[in-house]
Amino acid sequence: MIKDKIYSPEFKNEKTTYLPDFSLPELYSSDEIRLSEVISNKEFSLVNIWASWCVPCREENDVLKSLSSLSSLQIIGINYKDRKTNSIKFLNDYGNPFNYNLVDNDGTESINLGAYGVPETFLINKNKKILIKIIGPINNDHVKNIREIING
Amino acid sequence: MVKKKFIIFLFLFINFFGNCFSQTEPYSKLENDIAKNLRCLICQGQSIYDSNSEFALSMRIYIKDQIDNGYSESQIYNMLVKKYGQWIVYDPGYSKKTFLLWFIPILFFILGGAIIYLKIYKSKKYEKFF
Repeated sequence: MIKDKIYSPEFKNEKTTYLPDFSLPELYSSDEIRLSEVISNKEFSLVNIWASWCVPCREENDVLKSLSSLSSLQIIGINYKDRKTNSIKFLNDYGNPFNYNLVDNDGTESINLGAYGVPETFLINKNKKILIKIIGPINNDHVKNIREIING
Repeated sequence: MVKKKFIIFLFLFINFFGNCFSQTEPYSKLENDIAKNLRCLICQGQSIYDSNSEFALSMRIYIKDQIDNGYSESQIYNMLVKKYGQWIVYDPGYSKKTFLLWFIPILFFILGGAIIYLKIYKSKKYEKFF
């Protein structure tokens, strides 16, 4: 019910249908990772913005884990405005579905992506084209939709 | 004596908070002006300037970064409209979608003027008639 009240932009404009390239430090190693470098690893990438202080992210974590078994999909996490110790504890407690975990400390990169906050998810292909944008936690309908797209 | 102490205390108190406030203003005038013209999308109804949400705080850093990168005020608005849509700016630009928004007030103004004019004109005619 609450979800209906959230304003979500329409993606009719061609310019907004592509995710901009970004480079962020990795959570564990602090190495800079650029999206365009890792995007070619798999056919599809799921970019998920999360935080340890975000309650819906805990439930979403299970959904992401179920998606991480798909062979043509990699999950790139963006850790939004979080403490390193808390985010590592979160991943230890709830499991780590992410192939890469990038850190967005001040939240500016999320704004650059056109995101509102946590949780938020983009399904993109190799060309960074946004196939699905999910504002708020992923539900079963979204999972079905994602699986349909990936399986063609 | 008590009165004197009280006055000294009051002055210290006021100055203390005055100093605190002047030191905690981290944003330039341009940054504040841009923040006032942007809607906070998490807490709708508030501007980025008024809001303290995580989104608004990140947005303020984003604005600062873009100014440092050499972008102008209107370029920053354009960038954000591309990402979030017209809704983010309080002053929507003139486009096909916002055509009615700009046109209707002018239309009502002309229509209202026409009604008033016709009424006065008619009533004058009425007077003449008698």
